[in-house]
Amino acid sequence: MLEIVLISTLNGILYGMLLFLMASGLTVIFSMMGVLNFAHASFYMLGAFFGFEISRHVGFWPGLVVAPFAVALIGMAVERYGLRQVHKHGHVAELLFTFGLTFVIQEVVQMIWGKLPVDYRVPPSLDFPAFTIFATNYPAFKMFELLTSIAIFAALLLIVKRTRVGLVVQAALSHPEMVGMLGHNVGRVFMLVFGVGAGLAAVAGVIAGPALVTQANMAASLGPILFVIVVVGGLGSLSGAFVASLLIGLVQTFAVAINLSMSDIFGGTPLAGVMSVWFSDIWSVTVAQIAPILPYLLLVMILIFRPRGLMGNRES
Amino acid sequence: MKKAFTTAALALSVLGFAAMPASAADTLKIGYVDPLSGGGAAAGQIGLNQLNYIAEQVNAKGGVMGKQVEIIPYDNKLDPQVSLVQVQKAIDQGVHIVVQGNGSSVAAAVSDFIKKFNSRNHGKEVVQINHAAIDPSLTNDKCSYWHFAFDANVNIKVEAMTNFMKANDAIKKVYLIDQDYSFGHSVAKAAEAKLKAEGSSIELVGNEFVPLQKVTDFSPYVAKIKASGADSVLTANWGNDLQLLIKAAGDAGLDVNWYTFYAGLAGTPTAIKQAGLADKVFQITEGVNNIDYQPMQDAVKAYIAKYPDSPIYYPRLFNAMGMVFKAVEEAGSDDPVKFVPKLEGMKYVDFIDGKEGFMRADDHQYFQTMYISGLGPLGEKQPFDEEGTGWGWKVASSVAVEDTIVPTTCQMERP
Amino acid sequence: MQRPGPPARSGFLASYGVWIVVAAVLLALPQVFSSGLAISTMCLMGVMIIFALSYNMLLGQTGLLSFGHAVFFGLGGFLTAHAMNAVRAAHAPLPLEVFPLVGGATGLIFGIIFGAVSTRRAGTTFAMITLGIGELVASSSLILRSIFGGEEGISVDRTRVLHLFGLNFGPQIQVYYLIAAWCFVSAAAMYALTRTPFGRICNAVRDNPQRAAFIGYSTTRVRFIAFSLAGLFAGIAGGLAAVNFEIVTSSQMGAGQSGTVVLMTFIGGVGNFAGPIVGAILVTYLQVMLSDITGAWQLYFGLLFIGVVMFAPDGIAGLVARQQAVWQAGRLHRVLPYYALALAPGLVALAGLSLAIEMTYQLTVNGPEGPAMRFLYMPLSAASPLPWILATVMFVAGTWLFVRAMRLAINAYGEAIANSRGRA
Repeated sequence: MLEIVLISTLNGILYGMLLFLMASGLTVIFSMMGVLNFAHASFYMLGAFFGFEISRHVGFWPGLVVAPFAVALIGMAVERYGLRQVHKHGHVAELLFTFGLTFVIQEVVQMIWGKLPVDYRVPPSLDFPAFTIFATNYPAFKMFELLTSIAIFAALLLIVKRTRVGLVVQAALSHPEMVGMLGHNVGRVFMLVFGVGAGLAAVAGVIAGPALVTQANMAASLGPILFVIVVVGGLGSLSGAFVASLLIGLVQTFAVAINLSMSDIFGGTPLAGVMSVWFSDIWSVTVAQIAPILPYLLLVMILIFRPRGLMGNRES
Repeated sequence: MKKAFTTAALALSVLGFAAMPASAADTLKIGYVDPLSGGGAAAGQIGLNQLNYIAEQVNAKGGVMGKQVEIIPYDNKLDPQVSLVQVQKAIDQGVHIVVQGNGSSVAAAVSDFIKKFNSRNHGKEVVQINHAAIDPSLTNDKCSYWHFAFDANVNIKVEAMTNFMKANDAIKKVYLIDQDYSFGHSVAKAAEAKLKAEGSSIELVGNEFVPLQKVTDFSPYVAKIKASGADSVLTANWGNDLQLLIKAAGDAGLDVNWYTFYAGLAGTPTAIKQAGLADKVFQITEGVNNIDYQPMQDAVKAYIAKYPDSPIYYPRLFNAMGMVFKAVEEAGSDDPVKFVPKLEGMKYVDFIDGKEGFMRADDHQYFQTMYISGLGPLGEKQPFDEEGTGWGWKVASSVAVEDTIVPTTCQMERP
Repeated sequence: MQRPGPPARSGFLASYGVWIVVAAVLLALPQVFSSGLAISTMCLMGVMIIFALSYNMLLGQTGLLSFGHAVFFGLGGFLTAHAMNAVRAAHAPLPLEVFPLVGGATGLIFGIIFGAVSTRRAGTTFAMITLGIGELVASSSLILRSIFGGEEGISVDRTRVLHLFGLNFGPQIQVYYLIAAWCFVSAAAMYALTRTPFGRICNAVRDNPQRAAFIGYSTTRVRFIAFSLAGLFAGIAGGLAAVNFEIVTSSQMGAGQSGTVVLMTFIGGVGNFAGPIVGAILVTYLQVMLSDITGAWQLYFGLLFIGVVMFAPDGIAGLVARQQAVWQAGRLHRVLPYYALALAPGLVALAGLSLAIEMTYQLTVNGPEGPAMRFLYMPLSAASPLPWILATVMFVAGTWLFVRAMRLAINAYGEAIANSRGRA
């Protein structure tokens, strides 16, 4: 029992931090620009493929630096020449613009790197078990993933809450004219923010690429889970996203460990006969089987009962 | 704003331009309805490469009945409804032979469509050559006269795999983990029945279902397998659901043997190598490159030379096309009404090992020698590695064709 | 926003003329496009038109961005399929013609259920709730196998129900007329709805919820009713899809289908009743045909979509509607030559871009097949420099000329509008 609880907690935290790593860029863009970036997963995929390409030639570490910068530049170009034009048509148009972008990036990646998965490897310097608990290894690369995620969280929090840049960015969202009049270039601020968001997505890609599978469908297969994190945490709240990532990581991991089903609960009761007929489909479905749809259940519940999310301070 | 109008108009006219497929008049048209974009694109592209290759080879030798073979790809996006539109399109363009494989849901939808289409449109009959969908219902309760299955179905594979496992005294505790959809359930059900059967010394310590293509982090599943004390895992997972599972197991240092259906698919050997699981992952297929059979090895070398970036192929697709061409030549016609009877019961020398297989007339299921192979570092006379990993599939056991035969409940409605 | 209301003399023909023409076109289409594929495609288009129109009741008319609209489409389809199988098993005398109503009822019921929880909010919150509901329903469909048939879905045979007027619905053409009839009725109903006071209130809730609330309307209730009705029509579309394909699978209610309907509606134009119709026809056509022409169809699809969002946020119907002002001013002939002037270099630029994309595709994805390829029936080699130079020149020069010509065209349009205002 202790073994299961301890291992599940560890796995849950690791998975939660991976989720935060992936979602941080999305939160940044949403909280500072109000744009729900559907192309976020595509930037994440670009990061993974850039990282892979660079690691083939000069190694993993240069890739970790160069790939996010390259993707950030692409993100800035997208903002400058695309999103900015669309901005005046409202948030729906912005959102749909990024939606269209996913098709383009997907196809371009497919044309350059093909449809098969590529062999993106964990760097040899991190390819060893960091520690072992109950005969289960925890690889050093996962620890690196965890630390990066926490570092990004801390850095973002500092920048947003404690620096002038963060102040200007937040002000630019609610009062763009005022900020403009104070002599700040609002356009450039937004461009920078979008670039940072895309770059963070790429960091996640470079790190998750070797741990998961780097393939041209990796953006699509990620699904809308990152939106769940951003929304459950509270739209625009960085700390909220952090907490939501951990929560979802832990909920999913613990759910997988539970083999309970309706037949276990009601199996001995007089109702068993009737229920196994009426609920034949879900009679023997275990909690573990529905683990990955729990986040969506959580999403709907949160939005119904607490629309501003766990730590958000405003709605929509 | 005007700009927009014109842009849109332009886009349309240019796109509409080439809307007519340029297809030659008198060719043997093979419609390939499989995913070429989206999640299944990797698997679909391999099949298309292979069909193009087969056509090139056949055409260089003068074609079939003197006709050139033409492969027309139709991207079905792995969606049953889209597939039906694409099949309709293929029929309109004069295709009578539809090759399809990925996704049992697609195969079932196409089979059902073709059955209805043929009964409503006499004189325009179409035949479905299924090269990969292995849901047993396709050759049992949903069997169709116009459908031929060239890959061994779930019942055949489970039977062979569990017999292999039972024969191994080292296997005591087995954990089943499958994707939570009809294919995964049919494998789990068949495997459970076999492993729990009379005289089995194997204990079933887990029967897990993972949601289809929704899981990113498999470490909780690995923890469960570990906690169960299993020494072996039997899984029909494919794609990401297998690759991520194996990588997570490698990360956690889970020491079990893996008995799989689809470890040979694109990307999985790479994942197995990354996880460092040498000689621990086994698969059941109709054959692997390292079988000592020279004609096959020569053909595979030539194939890989042409597709160095995608050196994967499906042996059964060579069988399927070879048999279709043979049936067409024997019937002297590419009309399915005439050549389908030739295909029924046909005996064929397998591409992969030169042994004879046959197409059972009762349910249109092809039976062939099956192989269980493990992935690991290569030895003598094992020239083929996978995906540049340096590791290749090595035969662990083979099941003779007569031992692969399973009963069918098919009651074929013949026209 | 609306179709141009005819001036004072609103005779029968003026009011209903458009609808009579639409009906005639629907009747005549299969005579013009008679191939099996054309009829199948038109059937699909008819279904999608209803689906997109129902979606526009949310997005265009009430200002609700939903990411889970396919839920109603899919559920409507499943229940229709079950109803058809049940009726066949019970030998009940129910003709195929009425089965889409089962889908509609299903859509309405689930619209009420999901609407009750989701329409209390608008904006991003609403969008995210629908996204969550969509994921939940789509995921559950693989678990609830007896209802949704697992991944293989539920199949039906549309010919095995009561035959009215000797129609057995074996031939696709009969299904086409069934879909066309339902499409016509649904479109007319949805159009009529926009002209009712309720339709106007929906617009008010979209444009200014505070004011709508202020004059005494519950915005929540208005959104709820609109949501339920949109579910109803999406359900009808789903029921027709079940009849058309004779199979319903869970992919029909997945995120992909929900995304498609957003694309259709937006590309066609949300601000115009005809917009979703145009979008449904266009997007369906592209989905069916584009993948035959080019393997890189997603790239073109994405670019087209981005182009529309950037340069024509009113969609295609919005663009056409803007010409109305010029036409009414009797100055269309002043503007058209400029459009034609822009069209030629625009086409050249597009051909250049497309050539570059296709050659890249040939060299990468089709690499093993060699560099020889065809572009617009012209054989060429993607490995030689000449076509690349040609593509670059075509694209750069075409774009430059296009931009210049467009400027002229926009000026001409502005002048025409200004003149017509000046005159009035």
